[in-house]
Amino acid sequence: MTSQETAAGEQEIPAGSEPTLRVANLDVTYRVRGQNRPAIRNVSFQIGGRESYGLVGESGSGKSTVALALTRYLPRNGLVTGGSVSIAGKDPLSMSGSALRDLRARTVSMVYQEPGRALNPSIRAGRQIAEVFEIAGLDRKTAADRAEDMLRKVQIPDPGQVMDRYPHQLSGGMAQRAIIAMALAAEPALLILDEPTTALDATVEAEVLDLVAGLRADMATSVLFISHNLAVIAQMCDRVGVLYAGELVEEGPASVVFDQPSHPYTVGLLRCIPRRGQRKDHGRLDAIPGFQPAPGQDITGCIYAERCALVIDECRTAPPPAFGIGPDHAARCYRHEEAAALPRSTPADASLPSPPDADDPIVTLRGLSTTYKNAGTELTALTGIDLTIMRGETLGLVGESGSGKTTLARALLGLVQPDPGSVLEFDGSPLPADLRRRRRDLLRAVQIVFQNPDSALNRRHTVRRLISRPLVRLAGLSGSRLAERLADLVRSVRLEQRHLSLRPGQLSGGLKQRVAIARAFGGGPRLVVCDEPTSALDVSVQAAILNLLADLQAKEQVTYLFISHDLGVVRYLSDRIAVLYLGRLMEVGPAETVFSGPHHPYTEALLSAVPSLDGQRRERIRLQGEIPSAATPPSGCVFHTRCPRKLSTGVCQTTEPPLAAVEPGHQMRCHIPIGELRRLQEIATLNPQ
Amino acid sequence: MARTVRNAATGEASVTRYLLRRIGLAIATLWILSVIVFFAGQVLPGDPGRAVLGPFASRIAVRSFDHQIGVDRPLVTQYLSWVGGLLHGNMGISYSFRTPVEPIIVTALGNSAKLAALALVIIIPLGIAGGVLAALYTGRAIDRTISLSGLAASTVPEFVSGIVVIIVFGVALKILPYPTGSLAGLSVPSQLDHLILPVIPLVLVLFGYIARMARAGTIEALDSDYARTAVLKGLPRSVVIRRHILRNSLLPTITVIATQTGYLIGGLVVVEQLFNYQGIGRQILSAASSKDFPMLEAGILTIGIVYMVATLIADVLYTVLNPRLRVGVSG
Amino acid sequence: MTATPDVAASPGQVPVAHGLAAPPAPWRLLLRKPTFLIGTAVLVFWVVCAIFGRSIAPHDPLAQSLLARNSPPSGAHPFGVDSIGRDVLSRVIVGARDILLISPLATLLGTVLGTVLGLVMGYFGGIVDTLIGRVVEAVLALPVVIVAFLFIVAVGPSPLTLIVVIGFIFTPLIARTVRTAVLVEGQQDYLASARLLGERPGYIMFAEILPNVLPVIVVEFTVRLGYAIFAVATLSFLGFGVQQPTPDWGGDIAANYGLLGAGYWWETLFAALAIASLVMALNLVTDAIEQVISS
Repeated sequence: MTSQETAAGEQEIPAGSEPTLRVANLDVTYRVRGQNRPAIRNVSFQIGGRESYGLVGESGSGKSTVALALTRYLPRNGLVTGGSVSIAGKDPLSMSGSALRDLRARTVSMVYQEPGRALNPSIRAGRQIAEVFEIAGLDRKTAADRAEDMLRKVQIPDPGQVMDRYPHQLSGGMAQRAIIAMALAAEPALLILDEPTTALDATVEAEVLDLVAGLRADMATSVLFISHNLAVIAQMCDRVGVLYAGELVEEGPASVVFDQPSHPYTVGLLRCIPRRGQRKDHGRLDAIPGFQPAPGQDITGCIYAERCALVIDECRTAPPPAFGIGPDHAARCYRHEEAAALPRSTPADASLPSPPDADDPIVTLRGLSTTYKNAGTELTALTGIDLTIMRGETLGLVGESGSGKTTLARALLGLVQPDPGSVLEFDGSPLPADLRRRRRDLLRAVQIVFQNPDSALNRRHTVRRLISRPLVRLAGLSGSRLAERLADLVRSVRLEQRHLSLRPGQLSGGLKQRVAIARAFGGGPRLVVCDEPTSALDVSVQAAILNLLADLQAKEQVTYLFISHDLGVVRYLSDRIAVLYLGRLMEVGPAETVFSGPHHPYTEALLSAVPSLDGQRRERIRLQGEIPSAATPPSGCVFHTRCPRKLSTGVCQTTEPPLAAVEPGHQMRCHIPIGELRRLQEIATLNPQ
Repeated sequence: MARTVRNAATGEASVTRYLLRRIGLAIATLWILSVIVFFAGQVLPGDPGRAVLGPFASRIAVRSFDHQIGVDRPLVTQYLSWVGGLLHGNMGISYSFRTPVEPIIVTALGNSAKLAALALVIIIPLGIAGGVLAALYTGRAIDRTISLSGLAASTVPEFVSGIVVIIVFGVALKILPYPTGSLAGLSVPSQLDHLILPVIPLVLVLFGYIARMARAGTIEALDSDYARTAVLKGLPRSVVIRRHILRNSLLPTITVIATQTGYLIGGLVVVEQLFNYQGIGRQILSAASSKDFPMLEAGILTIGIVYMVATLIADVLYTVLNPRLRVGVSG
Repeated sequence: MTATPDVAASPGQVPVAHGLAAPPAPWRLLLRKPTFLIGTAVLVFWVVCAIFGRSIAPHDPLAQSLLARNSPPSGAHPFGVDSIGRDVLSRVIVGARDILLISPLATLLGTVLGTVLGLVMGYFGGIVDTLIGRVVEAVLALPVVIVAFLFIVAVGPSPLTLIVVIGFIFTPLIARTVRTAVLVEGQQDYLASARLLGERPGYIMFAEILPNVLPVIVVEFTVRLGYAIFAVATLSFLGFGVQQPTPDWGGDIAANYGLLGAGYWWETLFAALAIASLVMALNLVTDAIEQVISS
């Protein structure tokens, strides 16, 4: 696997020149409680000069371990047990002391997942960046100047002031830029990015990714980009390697691998993600059956065999070698030629819920506002929300941090007290804002599935107790009727009887979430709030849970309020979509309309910010600045500080537009008339970047 | 998610506000303590007149004595006059010695301060060094030794380790003086010589606690993401430890030292008793057993003030040294 | 038939869950640790002394033999005889009783009250937390040893007084720790889920939160037990604990330390070593428990 073209198609590295990174047959093992657990098995790949390589895998795939092994920062119980690594011709595995320090200072740099925590809280940001220059031998003053230059290069506004700030005074996006500045200060040969944007909002993520792409073009740095997000990898990387349970199962140019996947795992993974605007009525997502192999388990044969629908005897006896499929494209599968024809594990046809009634609201919110008091300052999380949720529909709620989407859900549930004057109605009757004042029938009617099943399930209770409790408290069941309903519920979320005696700690993420769903449905609810129900799960598990939610909706005729930051998933599941920004509704309308346009400038920016596997079809909108603080919202239209389509008349700054119907069933909060928006956005679509 | 602080000045204003509140709390607590001390003294059985004049004095003599010192007035009046006197530096007259309480307390406080200062000068570097060392080699023999011995030492009461130390160095080997007695008129080296034995139990007890805090703080810093960043930047280990780790690990430790005053005071009481050292602890004990209320109350209040000043300093230090609190908090 | 996603792809093959076998039970891990075993052995020894002291002791701990006063350790009196002619060994053995009675009871009192207080403060938050919190802060701001000392002096020392005073002093300290643990749990969504089921506060505090903060409470208990022993011994030494002539380690040391200058070391050393051994044993056990819980 040597030379090839970069995504821009401009440069070609002559064959035979030294790759920046060469990993050959790398084995890494962890020693846990006396047992050896191989984390990386026989992984080999190369990154050429100025090339960007994506390492994609789910949790437990070992992708972070690769990064740690390369920089020799494995924890004390981790050991490289085989193979070799070469970075710019040097071997980090055999280095120690000053040679290793030198390598870390000048040849390899890393950018991490949580930028806030990666900076020392007691030292000013500027000083931490200047340190890199000081290691290179510059004196303090020069180093500080160069550090400020770097901050300018990563497009931090007012770098002089930021130099003096402490990390806790920087937003997530700014902190990550500072870390990128720090990483690139030494002009390393190899830059490793380990999930650098996972903790950031979509619009901020887009900016950071653009920054990295731009800087890469300037510098001669090779990039190793590690992520679980295939879309991000597709956008940022020239080549990609797919990691499964510590083994590289497929490798090749990014566009090729994602278009013509040749390993059943890659095929399965891609089928888990809603693509090209796929919606639940078009068909179910396919999921990957089974589990990842247990850590430390001894595998003979192909590591994917036990989950593969194309498995043959040969697969179980001998691990498949890497079969070449095209130039640079290889997959470790005996049946790589038939991989694309992998049989589905979930039937494609969907059981559709009855189409939602257009005029039958189940929840009505009028003028909903919530204010938090935090250490003397007042924070308005929601302002004047007017929203109706129709019976039987799935309303998708979309927004970044500070949008108030979680607060809205909690207000609906009664966990958060809205301000006086807010009106909440359920099924025509008033909904008490305080949870404690709701009678049992109302408690039954509105339930929630939380994002993180580790937090949402009491780890000291058994599954049986967790699922039975709502049956006892809300449905008032006991005895044999309780047992019957319990068995029913367990079946409908596709758990098994043997799971009932276990505790959450003994279950995988997907199983835990099923328990949470069973619990939410136990009392026979009519509205279920799904607050990022799949965000904490692996991609392959997400699909199964989404399918389950869709099936349950059809079977039990429930209404969903579906909150997610993943726009593809929201589009898949939702009938209507509401977009929140800084506590205000910016747009509400049918899913298709909101997604295809014409739509609110913020929605437009959000959509263009999210990386997609299907390539960019529209002009990239770059939002300036940061999301304003909820404590000091901008005047007029709260979006005007960042809106790329702000009107020159200045009305956007002075007057807040009302949430008005621009088309039947479609509301928007914008001064720009919809005809004008349609015109402007069509032009943008015609000139994609 | 962190928000940019728009006004560093608000951060500083809130620090001042916090400090003022804290001082206010301290004064209020001091007042409560004075009330408790005073009224507890009243509950103690025994009539001061009888205690001072003896069982054979006549009832009239006792009553006139009581009237003289004013214990037959209403309680609240007594309390107010007591507090009034205190604010003027008048701590009353000792029942046992019939002399003003104040000079006795002041001398005793000075003696205790010498002992405490010596203890702190030894413990602070030793404890911090021990804790950091244990953390740097966590899980290994040196860590287990320091941790376990620190833990063991810190829970053995001072008088127990005191006895052992006395027997070994004072009785068997006879290289250090016991009992300690008074330091008046001794040269500085000689004073130090006398103070070594009593200091040892104090050091043992406090070492364990400080070493443990330092160790925990350092381990947390070593495991942090920013330590990883520092190492992967290519900084030498010594720089990482000195510049990145210690700053964050010692912050909680420094404040803990100030809060150890409570234990130090308790330890002083015991050690002074055991070594017959005329510190304020011993003064209070003898005042308690001889029912010398003015001495007792003044002594306890003095200790209370010292304790509260120490905890106040601890809080102030923590707030001032922590950038997050100093320069304003993120949203 | 479609394979159920997330569950075994083929029948007969079963990861119970994500291949996570249940870790070995905590007590089994404890039994493997030498620190735990040594510590428990010593503790058990002293507990036996406490319970059966009178039967084990070679002499009556209160019997005075004036002729043998201040005699050093010998065959008849392995620990020697004290200043009023009592056998030191017998006094050391029987002296275990009061301290091993008072300390655990005091700690138990403090733990139970502190747990309830901490749960209430942490769960209800708001005005309840602030109010109780202010009181707790005020109490802790006072040098507690001093206040305890005052109480005991005022009311008169007795085992019950000691138990109550030490227990009450521990209560705010333990409450603070429990409250912090409860607040951490409060960030978890399972509490919101419980409220959404209409569970009552009592149920939530004791059936939902308590099981999760139990490890913290157990560690607190063992740590505080050490402090309780420390406190009881010290108070006895100062004369405010168990009173003479009842055999008590601290009290005996107080009665006899004046004679150290004259070289009569056995009258205090063995009692001191007894206290030290008890405390060290407890530390070893606590350390082992903490190690097991944190692994």
